[in-house]
Amino acid sequence: MSPFFTLLRRDITLALREGGAIGTALGFYLIVIAMLPLGLGPDLNLLSRIAPGLLWIALLLSSLLSLGRMFETDYEDGSLELLAIGGTPLELVAAAKALAHWLTTGIPLALLAPVLGILLNLDISAYGVLVLTMLAGTPAISFLGAIGAALTLRARRGGLLLALLILPLYVPTLIYGIQAISGALLAGQSFWPSFLILSALSLGSLVLGPLAAAAALRIQLN
Amino acid sequence: MHLAAEKLSIRRGNRLVIDGLSFTAKSGEALLLTGPNGAGKTTLLRAIAGFLALESGEIGLEGGDPEREIGEQSHFVGHANGIKSSLTVGENLEFWCDYLDSSTTRTTRRDRVFDALERLRLSALEDIPAAYLSAGQKRRLGLGRLIIANRPLWLLDEPTVSLDTASVELLAGIVKDHLASSGIVLAATHIPLGLEGARELHLTGLSNTPRLKESGFNTGLPSVEQPRQGRE
Repeated sequence: MSPFFTLLRRDITLALREGGAIGTALGFYLIVIAMLPLGLGPDLNLLSRIAPGLLWIALLLSSLLSLGRMFETDYEDGSLELLAIGGTPLELVAAAKALAHWLTTGIPLALLAPVLGILLNLDISAYGVLVLTMLAGTPAISFLGAIGAALTLRARRGGLLLALLILPLYVPTLIYGIQAISGALLAGQSFWPSFLILSALSLGSLVLGPLAAAAALRIQLN
Repeated sequence: MHLAAEKLSIRRGNRLVIDGLSFTAKSGEALLLTGPNGAGKTTLLRAIAGFLALESGEIGLEGGDPEREIGEQSHFVGHANGIKSSLTVGENLEFWCDYLDSSTTRTTRRDRVFDALERLRLSALEDIPAAYLSAGQKRRLGLGRLIIANRPLWLLDEPTVSLDTASVELLAGIVKDHLASSGIVLAATHIPLGLEGARELHLTGLSNTPRLKESGFNTGLPSVEQPRQGRE
């Protein structure tokens, strides 16, 4: 098996076995969404109108929680150095770890979103497109997030710094994600252009994220 | 195969820790790095592994694979063991076996992990999560990488930390086997590993001045070549 898949499998095993990162992200997502109707009041029309936006923003914040740990545990226990000289390019190491993050955080969050949509009176016809856009958009969260995780690796209490660095990069994903959903729901608007741009953003981050993250990791290991 | 370093200078922060150091190490040869704390032993090993940029000078592994960095042809044992506490002892070794040598098949991996566990006297702990190991056992597990994947150059930074006397002998045996199969070992250690004929490279550490100084290191021992002398 290639080193890439070996590492991917190890990271998924660790994430499932330790469980903390997935559990925290899902729990945080649930709590935030459950609190929103309490804060906004029981106006069902208002809630269903802003539901896609709220679900997307809360998803971005939830995925930030586990992002900081992407390289941190490996850095602390010395594995990262060994991965770096293992003969596999650091870019691939970063890509494997970002992919593992997407599989263990992005996908569970995207699948939880429609369930939480019930709490916000999400329009029944929006469930399908919501999951679809989130599955297409969340890779960008993990792969762009890898850059921030690598940059803040040695920073004390780097979590907040990570959020400041990375959240602005998520703006395009957020805009086109919401645009695609409203395109599918509203008459006279189109779903596909926004959805394709959203997918393009994810594909772009798939390439650029690991390159930038690896460059940052090289500095951190110095 | 031999490792040759020529006129190495390495800067840490504002300080030249290593200045104009040259040495060589041939196949089957161990080079012990000695010197007080802060003399640059770790710095030198990390620079050879490729983690630190060189200020000046060159390191080359002649006779090695020219396509690959020196770090990729070496095992680096640092202060941390690189083991995952929620994986079992066996899984930790299996991971490094697969990662470091992608040509391993399921059966060869099984054999190698089995051999390594025997050798490290960890067989009884194979299915126990690494979190439950003692510091010395974790260290031994970390050293398992040396056995499980074959690499010509070993860079050992204080490999004996938290090992008991029996385990130090175990490590010495592993190192000797590696030397016998014409590997190269560079080890920074305060405890003699009982290696006969190992050469010593004494680092003294340098002044705190950020300026370059002429030959600020002490090559003291005759076994270490002075800069610009002929190489084998």
